[in-house]
Amino acid sequence: MPDAATLERLVGALKASDAESVINTVESPGRVAIEVKPESIVGSLEVLRTAGYEFLASVHGVDYYPNEPRLGVDYELLSREACDRVALTLRVSIEDPHLPSVTPAWPCANNQEREAYDMFGLIFDGHPDLRRILMPEDYEGHPQRRDFPIGGEPVLFTHNEHNVPRWFE
Amino acid sequence: MSTVDPGARQLSDYRKMEASVTISETTEFEGDRELLTLNLGPHHPATHGVLRLLVTLDGEVIRRLQPIYGYLHTGIEKTAEQKSYWKAIPVVERMDYVSYYFNAMAYCGAVEALLEVEIPKRAQYLRVIHMELNRIMSHLVFLGTSALDLGAISVWWYCFRERETLLDLFEMSSGQRMHTRYFQIGGVIEDIPEGWIEQVRKFCAIMPERADIYGDLLNKNEIFLQRQRDVCPLPAETLREHGVTGPLLRAAGDPWDLRKAMPYSSYEDFDFQIPVGTKGDNYDRYQVRLAEVKESIKIIVQALDNLPDGPTITEDRKIALPPRHELATSMEALIHHFKLVTEGMRVPEGEAYYAIEGARGELGCFVRSDGSSKPARVHMRDPSIVNMQAAPAATEGWLIADMLATVAMFDPIIGGVDR
Repeated sequence: MPDAATLERLVGALKASDAESVINTVESPGRVAIEVKPESIVGSLEVLRTAGYEFLASVHGVDYYPNEPRLGVDYELLSREACDRVALTLRVSIEDPHLPSVTPAWPCANNQEREAYDMFGLIFDGHPDLRRILMPEDYEGHPQRRDFPIGGEPVLFTHNEHNVPRWFE
Repeated sequence: MSTVDPGARQLSDYRKMEASVTISETTEFEGDRELLTLNLGPHHPATHGVLRLLVTLDGEVIRRLQPIYGYLHTGIEKTAEQKSYWKAIPVVERMDYVSYYFNAMAYCGAVEALLEVEIPKRAQYLRVIHMELNRIMSHLVFLGTSALDLGAISVWWYCFRERETLLDLFEMSSGQRMHTRYFQIGGVIEDIPEGWIEQVRKFCAIMPERADIYGDLLNKNEIFLQRQRDVCPLPAETLREHGVTGPLLRAAGDPWDLRKAMPYSSYEDFDFQIPVGTKGDNYDRYQVRLAEVKESIKIIVQALDNLPDGPTITEDRKIALPPRHELATSMEALIHHFKLVTEGMRVPEGEAYYAIEGARGELGCFVRSDGSSKPARVHMRDPSIVNMQAAPAATEGWLIADMLATVAMFDPIIGGVDR
């Protein structure tokens, strides 16, 4: 995690590029997460890239149910120069789960953004190929949401698939 | 009055899209050459599990490669949310089923970061020993199956002989050959049994020579070399852009290893080298892994030599189960045992991302806690799914046979990709 001075510098740089972008900074032992506005995520990542955090290690979708806004995305950045990690987070509501895709600028986010779309219904605008990645293409719903029920999924055997409604659709 | 015909079925968006496609219009041309789109997998013996590849071919040359995942998706992350923290370890281990110690380490590390618990030195060393044994085992599986894909069947038998010895060691220390559940939050479940160290030493004594033998078997094999040397190279720049880490990145000459760069679990105590390649072709990818096996042996021997005494799990009774003998004499121990087994530990609210150097690259685990005794989100950054993003860049313009060799060298474990 960046020390206090580095963190201040990073937040300063983020605010310099877009004064409204930083919402909050969450410091916990061993980790710093900077929460930014969804619209400014591409610009914010670019600012951190110029600050040395040039490897986007991971993108995670999160559901903060029952808190609002419910959905969130977590970007884990790594500076290979300083051997240091910092996280950028953002929150979007479940009614309007749109946020800009970072895949055009960071090709490494491709599969993980698709996964977040698949599992949480987060819509990454500008993603070159936003399709389901793990669930079947015609699956309905986003199973990693916290209010998505467990069980109740009919198991398709060969002998009974005709009895399962909509099996061939 | 409703005008909807009850006989007409409502088609889903996907089926409508599918119905709108006519096969005759999908033939692609490039100049006067007709391109052929071919489906490979998911049940193809050379795709390492249920990986499906959609390849667009111009003759035998690959123009486009599109991996399709999800055939092994089992919802492990969703399952983990339904279990208390310590009961999630077994399901998390089953994600990348060839490197279970790494999965458990990434998950336990993330939870330990949230709990801010100190791990006893002996437990850290035992973890290192098991992880390095696991790395050797994973690379042996890689070597055997990859050589099998390239037509060298005997290497596979030899590699699995050594793997068998390793599984026996795991069985001896934990009772299980795979998915051992040996790593716990706060340490390891129990101390190693008597005689285990001698068995590991015996293995460490023969393994470097065995690795040389496997190298000799393959390095003098003309067919193997022709399919490996200068095939599908990628520069480190492109690999980093696609998020590739681990042996694949090191094969391209970038000595990035989290064990050295950001040591965890006492890796800073050990003296070892990071093997790197020069070209980043398939041959380097294979050589780097073979060299890593020997470096892992070095780490294990050092860890065995300097194995500290002491407890193997944290003394914090709110996290670790009390030892069996205490239950008969201590009321508090009995209560804590009961609470831990029935409800599990409560973890303070927060988020943690814990990354380790797995056998295939950066294996990170993201855990969010909402203060209850079950994780609110467990997400693995599995190296396989991220590394595969570079596969199209590596194989486009090469022959289909080279593509199969390259996929083998990328070594994706579909259990880790799909989870």
